[in-house]
Amino acid sequence: MAMASPPQAATSERDLRLDLFRGVALWLIFLDHIPENIVNWFTIRNYGFSDATEIFIFISGYTAAFVYGSTMRERGFLLSSARILRRAWQIYVAHIFLFTIFMAEIAYVAATFENPLYAEEMKILDFLKQPDVTIFQALLLKFKPVNMDVLPLYIVLLLLFPPMLFVLLRHPNVALAGSAVVYALTWKLDWNLPAYPNGVWFFNPFAWQLLFVFGAWCALGGTQRLAGFLRSRIVLAVAIAYLVFAFAITLTWHFESLDRFVPTWLAEWMYPIDKTNLDVLRFAHFLALAVVTVRFIPRNWSGLKWAILQPAIRCGQHSLEIFCLGVFLAFAGQFIIAESSGGPLLQTAVSSLGIIIMIATANLTSWYKAIEGRSPQSRVKSRDADLAGGEA
Amino acid sequence: MTFVMAVLTTIALLNGAAMAEPDVAAAPAAPCDVPEWLLPADADLTHIGNEIKDRHRLDISVVGSGSSALSGPDGARFAYPAQLEQSLRERLPGLEIKVTAHVQSRQTTADMAAGLPKILTDDQPTLVIWQVGTVDALRGVEPEDFRTSLDQGIEAIAAAHADVIMMNMQHSPRTESMLGVSAYADVMRWVAEQHGVMLFDRLAIMRYWSDEGIFDLYAATKDYAMARRVHECIGRSLASLIIHAGHLDAGKIQTTR
Repeated sequence: MAMASPPQAATSERDLRLDLFRGVALWLIFLDHIPENIVNWFTIRNYGFSDATEIFIFISGYTAAFVYGSTMRERGFLLSSARILRRAWQIYVAHIFLFTIFMAEIAYVAATFENPLYAEEMKILDFLKQPDVTIFQALLLKFKPVNMDVLPLYIVLLLLFPPMLFVLLRHPNVALAGSAVVYALTWKLDWNLPAYPNGVWFFNPFAWQLLFVFGAWCALGGTQRLAGFLRSRIVLAVAIAYLVFAFAITLTWHFESLDRFVPTWLAEWMYPIDKTNLDVLRFAHFLALAVVTVRFIPRNWSGLKWAILQPAIRCGQHSLEIFCLGVFLAFAGQFIIAESSGGPLLQTAVSSLGIIIMIATANLTSWYKAIEGRSPQSRVKSRDADLAGGEA
Repeated sequence: MTFVMAVLTTIALLNGAAMAEPDVAAAPAAPCDVPEWLLPADADLTHIGNEIKDRHRLDISVVGSGSSALSGPDGARFAYPAQLEQSLRERLPGLEIKVTAHVQSRQTTADMAAGLPKILTDDQPTLVIWQVGTVDALRGVEPEDFRTSLDQGIEAIAAAHADVIMMNMQHSPRTESMLGVSAYADVMRWVAEQHGVMLFDRLAIMRYWSDEGIFDLYAATKDYAMARRVHECIGRSLASLIIHAGHLDAGKIQTTR
């Protein structure tokens, strides 16, 4: 969300807003991944079309361009590509690690949970009967259990990133236009990657790449190009109006009786709002959020130094570790809630504890990196690209 | 919950007679009662009213997958289609009521849509209760294909001059992190709205029962007692819905709801 960053600073200094919002997004993703959770009433997906995933992918694109863009400029295509691919590999390993934990949970449930009411639902565990196929499909990123879709998306986005970054550095607008064309063709021609046992990827990489590339475009001077646009009062007014509209519509999802106030023509035009293919309404909602955010939270906002925001910033600076931890904690938290048939009190406790563990781990990771001389600060100075905070 | 009730009350006041009259004060709630706001309010079952007037009978076909059945001794007698039949017979004496269940596990919506024409011809039902979603989620059917199958089935039912109530999946907290049903539930909601047909939101209703502590849906048990009780409640809620939406017996609804 560094869209209003001053021209000079954009390429040389960390924008803490990115870390802050990515940190918050990671918390929200964690909360949203616990299905039975009263606390996820507070997450943004209940108040508009887009959710934390959009924030996470946009900022990831932004930081990837920020980090690997300077490497590519200074040290060439080959070296920067090698770094990007190593990052993709790390994320792949992290994904497989999470998959292992997930398998353990499933195997436990399969062995202990029995209820004739759910004979049909328990068939989801049938894949345990063919571990040869399942594990192989998981390694191919085709078999992805619920809530394990973001990292595979991220891997594909990074694999495609070196050539994209190459063009972005030379003709940023051409790159962005190309990305938009791919997005449009995806909608027109139904492109997606196949999933196992059937169907397609929940987060369609050909659609979601638009947000990632847009983030990268913003990091590579796009924000300066948009500066006039972002200062416009009309743009701000439109953005706020759209956010209010989206909020009104989401209210009708939670209170079905409000449905009657949504005109049929609007509903027919609007629904379904497609998350798989990053619906235009979701993308626009994210843009509106970004416009409002950069308007009211400038890059040098004093609040970024407040102690109360440091935990979120810290989490955002170690996004891969914290993301994986969040997925694991969501499994574990849900498990605890299920095992003890927990009510709102337990859900709140589990949610808070999860976020505390995420913060503690982020601090621990910072500490490790500091003792190894790899703190974000030291590396900005050295311009080493595999930046902790800028972890792409 | 209070907020929801407040919103609803406001709307009810604004709309005057548009909402059903609140009957909260009537009798103490039976354990598996479903609050008004979880039941579809505005759709009508037009065919069954006429059918009852003309022929004094009500033929219902239940088409569904595994979660419309119960295994174990005498499973069929305790599953919700049979419970629905029994409840309707009790509450609508003098009518001939027949509920035929076409339940087969592992059927996707596409399978069922393909089988519907034959069922409609054989049973000549006035009302079809169509339970879908779980198997599609299990198989990872594309939501778009799922929607097409629903459209196809609903159109076939309409062409046979029957009413339809769609029923979505069960709320199953223990498999929720493994089996993603929300995308399919969204599609069903959307399809129901588009066609103006009723959706019996089993997912939300069972979640309500779980939240209220009426059923412990997390419980691991081999015992059939709870499963039977849940099916009984589903059958009775369906009966209430049918009576209410078909305008079958206004006086009686007041006391049983």
